[in-house]
Amino acid sequence: MRNTFRILVKSPKFLIGFFILGIILIFVFIYPLMNRNDPLEMVGTCFEEPTSEYVLGTDNFGRDVLLELAYGARNSLYIGLIAGLVATFIGLVLGIASGYIGGLMDNIIITITNIFIVIPSFIVLILISVSISSRSSIIIAVIIALTSWPWTARAVRSQTLSLRNREHVNIAKISGYTTLKIMVLEIFPYIASYIMMAFILQISSGILSEAAISILGLGPLNTITLGIMMNWAMLFEAPAAGAWWAFIPPTILIAIIVSSLFFMNTGMDEIFNPKIRS
Amino acid sequence: MSPYTKYFFRKFIWYFLTIVIAISLNFFLPRFIKGNPVTVIIAKLGQGMMDADTQKKLYEAFMREFGLDKPIIVQYFIYLKNIVQGNLGTSFGLYPRSVASILRSAIPWTIALQLPAILVGWILGNVLGAFAAYKKGLFDKTIFPAALFVSSIPFFALSIVLLYVFALNLGWFPIGGGYSYQMIPNLSLKFISSVLRHYTLPFLSIVIVMIGGQALGMRSMSIYELNTDYVLYSKLMGIRESKIIFYVFRNAMLPQITGLALSIGTMVSGALITEIVFNYPGIGTWMFTAIRQLDFPLISGCTLLITIAVLLANFTIEIIYGLIDPRIKSAQLEES
Repeated sequence: MRNTFRILVKSPKFLIGFFILGIILIFVFIYPLMNRNDPLEMVGTCFEEPTSEYVLGTDNFGRDVLLELAYGARNSLYIGLIAGLVATFIGLVLGIASGYIGGLMDNIIITITNIFIVIPSFIVLILISVSISSRSSIIIAVIIALTSWPWTARAVRSQTLSLRNREHVNIAKISGYTTLKIMVLEIFPYIASYIMMAFILQISSGILSEAAISILGLGPLNTITLGIMMNWAMLFEAPAAGAWWAFIPPTILIAIIVSSLFFMNTGMDEIFNPKIRS
Repeated sequence: MSPYTKYFFRKFIWYFLTIVIAISLNFFLPRFIKGNPVTVIIAKLGQGMMDADTQKKLYEAFMREFGLDKPIIVQYFIYLKNIVQGNLGTSFGLYPRSVASILRSAIPWTIALQLPAILVGWILGNVLGAFAAYKKGLFDKTIFPAALFVSSIPFFALSIVLLYVFALNLGWFPIGGGYSYQMIPNLSLKFISSVLRHYTLPFLSIVIVMIGGQALGMRSMSIYELNTDYVLYSKLMGIRESKIIFYVFRNAMLPQITGLALSIGTMVSGALITEIVFNYPGIGTWMFTAIRQLDFPLISGCTLLITIAVLLANFTIEIIYGLIDPRIKSAQLEES
């Protein structure tokens, strides 16, 4: 573990991503401690310009944008994290089971996976979130996970296929290990680094999915996320009002978060697959 | 049967099944979660500002349309029959306009925006990526990080930034819509130029993000191909450089075509949000309006149309892929 970390530190791309994400995390967790106001409290009128007191002005409801940004980014990260965890877990279990057990199980799983790769997950996401009435952050995160696992399942399956006939797996089989034990002890450790990368991509796609459905107005209720801030800005025509501070900061923040995760992923990719280094 | 016909039929059956599943999801998902759609609709309407008379009319119209007195399986077949006849129900938000007529007015805008944008972005991205891999050096060193950054920006973020810089700040382009509000659509030069001015920013924001992602993929594919034995062998044989590049490009293209097929759903979804940002009169903006007004028939019509369009695009790409990939011609039909 320490060894892996030492290698990662050598990748500039990983470090840049990690550093930027760190700054965002510090902002998200420290700023609300410094500014203890309620982010939903109205402190001014609609679309007030940035002042020294409210650095990013106020939004359409007259709320402090900077404070909303801290809470919104925290919730977006939280939703992305939960969605990423659940999606990676589903993809991992289905991928290993399908790749290692093979046969009918493999056929069923790969068919379902391929179908859900071509049916746009965004549409399924809309269909589900339009129909449910209690949209909490956690429910939205789980729904996002339920629509985004196929990529991971497919990638894990092909990795597992390349491992299943290795000698150590055969030895474990001859030694009488159960299928479950082989999958956990003999296959999983070999794809762990790969899973880690998939997990990071799933987090960023979770954050993007949340933003996308929130912009449409289908995001979690009674909370602030970056996507919801953008939805408000679109609904109340902030662009036409010239209120850049209401929609540019959340947009940029999402782009920065996603880019930093993407850079971390690319850095890890170059380390774990020396082949693609030019 | 020739291998290609076999390939075609296999793909055809596969996509036909997928479309059936997609249509079923469109029908069953909202119903399984919430039960009877009409009661849901009426409950939602109850919160709205419609008077009792309109509510009753709507209720009756929907009972008729969905055939709700019948069992769910029969309802499903009624739904299928309606889809085949192009009947997608009546919109609430714009009652009594039919969903099909709303979608018909939006489809040309969406296709005219997304199809050229995705194709242009894909082609430019591939050429740029291959060029970066081949040229190496300074060109690669500038293209690669730029592409990495651009491809990690979400579609809507770039749209919003472009909107801010070029429409709000510099005022070079209008801030939204498909054409100027004072105009009535006609074929005059003035109207066309207004359409083009409104078209530029949404088009650019889709193209730029596409270029980034595709260039990255093509670059790494080309680097991989350039290091293969056949390239070295051809060089030693003294084959012309341009010919080798052509071979490399052709081989690196194949996975890129598959990649396009697999990611087209994500791209279309992203581009729909671009439409919302620019208030462009396509499907995305209608869906935004429909969700805001809880216009369920229109939402369901939009989701159905998008899914079917994405699946058809996928099918087309795979059919073309079958023509290009020599391995399919030589009857190796199995996927890896």
